[in-house]
Amino acid sequence: MSLISDPRWGEALSHLPDYLGNHVRVSLAALALGLIVSLPLAILCRNRPVARNILLALASIVQTVPGLALLALFYPLLLLAASVTLAWFGVAFSAFGFLPAMLALALYSMLPVLRNGITGLNGIDPALLEAAQGVGMTPRQSLLTVELPLALPVMMAGIRTAAVWVIGTATLSTPIGQTSLGNYIFAGLQTQNWVFVLFGCFASAVLALAVDQLLGLIEAGLRNRSRLRTTLGGVGIAALVAATLVPSLGRSSPAYIVGAKTFAEQYVLSALIRDRLAAADLPATTRSGLGSNVAFEALKAGDIDLYVDYSGTLWANQLHRTDIKPRKELIDELKTALAKQNITLLGELGFENAYALVMPRKRAEALGIRSVADLAAHTSGLSIAGDYEFFSRPEWAALRDAYGLAFRAQRQMQPDFMYAAVASGEVDVIAGYTSDGLIAKYDLVALDDPKRAIPPYDAILLLAPKRAGDERLKAALKPLLDRLDIADMREANLRASGNDANSSPDVVAKWLWEKISKR
Amino acid sequence: MPSKPVIGYARVAKNFGPVVAVDGVSLDVAEGEFLAIVGGSGSGKTTLLRLTNRLIEVDRGTITVEGADISRADPVELRRRIGYVFQSGGLFPHLSVADNIGITPKLLGIPQGEIAARVDELLDLVRLDRTQHRDRLPQDLSGGQRQRVGVARALAARPRIVLMDEPFGALDPLTRDALGEDYRALHHKLGLTTVMITHDMTEAILLADRIAVMRAGQLLAQGTPAELGRSDDAYVLELLRTPRRQVARLNERLPQGGAA
Repeated sequence: MSLISDPRWGEALSHLPDYLGNHVRVSLAALALGLIVSLPLAILCRNRPVARNILLALASIVQTVPGLALLALFYPLLLLAASVTLAWFGVAFSAFGFLPAMLALALYSMLPVLRNGITGLNGIDPALLEAAQGVGMTPRQSLLTVELPLALPVMMAGIRTAAVWVIGTATLSTPIGQTSLGNYIFAGLQTQNWVFVLFGCFASAVLALAVDQLLGLIEAGLRNRSRLRTTLGGVGIAALVAATLVPSLGRSSPAYIVGAKTFAEQYVLSALIRDRLAAADLPATTRSGLGSNVAFEALKAGDIDLYVDYSGTLWANQLHRTDIKPRKELIDELKTALAKQNITLLGELGFENAYALVMPRKRAEALGIRSVADLAAHTSGLSIAGDYEFFSRPEWAALRDAYGLAFRAQRQMQPDFMYAAVASGEVDVIAGYTSDGLIAKYDLVALDDPKRAIPPYDAILLLAPKRAGDERLKAALKPLLDRLDIADMREANLRASGNDANSSPDVVAKWLWEKISKR
Repeated sequence: MPSKPVIGYARVAKNFGPVVAVDGVSLDVAEGEFLAIVGGSGSGKTTLLRLTNRLIEVDRGTITVEGADISRADPVELRRRIGYVFQSGGLFPHLSVADNIGITPKLLGIPQGEIAARVDELLDLVRLDRTQHRDRLPQDLSGGQRQRVGVARALAARPRIVLMDEPFGALDPLTRDALGEDYRALHHKLGLTTVMITHDMTEAILLADRIAVMRAGQLLAQGTPAELGRSDDAYVLELLRTPRRQVARLNERLPQGGAA
């Protein structure tokens, strides 16, 4: 299929008003906040070398933090702040989405604005400062009529740099729940949808250039004292903001927000759930690409209404348990623990997405291996590969100790490449994920774990505290419970990882529903 | 002294850290007088000028302007009623000629229309062209034109006192002479009291009514050029020797009735 006629361009375009609007709002709000803080600071410390150096050093340190990490850090920071305000003043605020993204981006915008502001103001000829004083200007008049206009070109260059940085970095605010053009990029990378990735990159680049040019117009207008150009630039930016507000004003916000973490299975499941709710006349939308911990906290705070998590993940990360229990018992205990936080564990979808040792079916049959216990006798001659964290996780230690595994060699690999590597014989065994579609694609087999060394990772539906008594919602979700088997999920995941028009999560979700609904 | 002084310096001293810039100077400037302060670099002449409109503050002694101690005046108000011509102009590069000239009236809150009329009047006064020069930026003017704008700006708020910091130092000889003569005419026409600092004794003799000589922060001598000639200070006599030698040489090389 040719790249130009690919129908995914149309799908990408349909998300544009929402993604672009949110992107513009969060970046321009962050830039405005950054300017409101940085410009007065630059002015205040222009004659104070010590303060100036401290400030620039702090701003430089902020800049060395990678954008993704800075955004991710603001989420727990605001959660903490929200819990403090709740305890002291009885009011909490949402630590999800707009607020942490805007604050982190504002901080990110400060260095170029501060540095250029200070450089511009300090670069003015002292003779002109004396002349300003000599003709009878107050310090304030000198600042407004002489210093700021003369520093303007350098300051505006800093503001323009900050604008481009903020608009680019805002694409990384998707995992903390802020919709942005990054939604294209995160979704595209996870589902191998290069059309989305390209579209997201292109849209944010065009936006950055457009804002940069409008700021350039304002700058030229101010410098040449051309009111026309200044006004045009200002109107341009105002129009951009207004244009992004119109669609969100015209559309009432949907009642239900379905969260999704950052991998293909989650994109498909959230689309499936959204469609089910829509079919039951419950308007819903997805908020995808959320960090694993962000999704849970957002549910707890009611920023999202429901999402799919995995029993073993919550067992370890939220309950901080290291012991392993049988599937049913673990879910019951989890349910009780979550209920204390007013979170409803509605039920299981029917499949598990756990770690499992995986090898080619033919090889396993030839060696007579059906379970990890059978494998143990052969490990001294075999090599194993896992993702970057597997060998330091408790699951590996448990597995190794329970079966006495001693592989000849162990390697770490990018998850997407592991399956091809084991299929081609480059490694003998991999630690894969049970619901991964590539298991079927490469004709691999996930070995049984008869001693139950690995905890169960049942896919479970969680509802936010505010939806605990929502019977319409529960009824709409009922058809999804205990209906998804591992083979269907594997095939859905395989479809979603393809790079064609039928691989979008929406299309795959429809296919999956057709399979389930026939049962 | 013909009348009571418009500017009075009484035992004025100023240090910059360990450096003594002005060391106990007492000097009166009479109404309508054109005083030149002559000295080399580091003599303290520029410091004395800046102390006068409180661009810097005195350490000891007092300065009075129009009878009042300036340490009790509002410095901004003081500067607005004293014209100040800066070395090489000090024009604001982002403002047009008209905006530069009109800056102090604007700060005083004078209406736009009045300022515009005043700017035209001043352009005439300093012999610039209303139509040609009004809206130009300083960078598009010659050095002499820039300094004319500097003079116009200093006069814009109708001050009675003008302070000039080496105003003609960076100009070529012809421009310098023309500008000096023009300013001297203005000084008389407008009844100004002018204090000009210069390192050039010839310029001081040609323009000023009275000359004060400074060296190492101290006032060595003051008086009319003729009075200075009777000084017994070696440095003052040394300063006067150069113009004298130049005059003799000029007379010798350019006999009366020559091409000049």
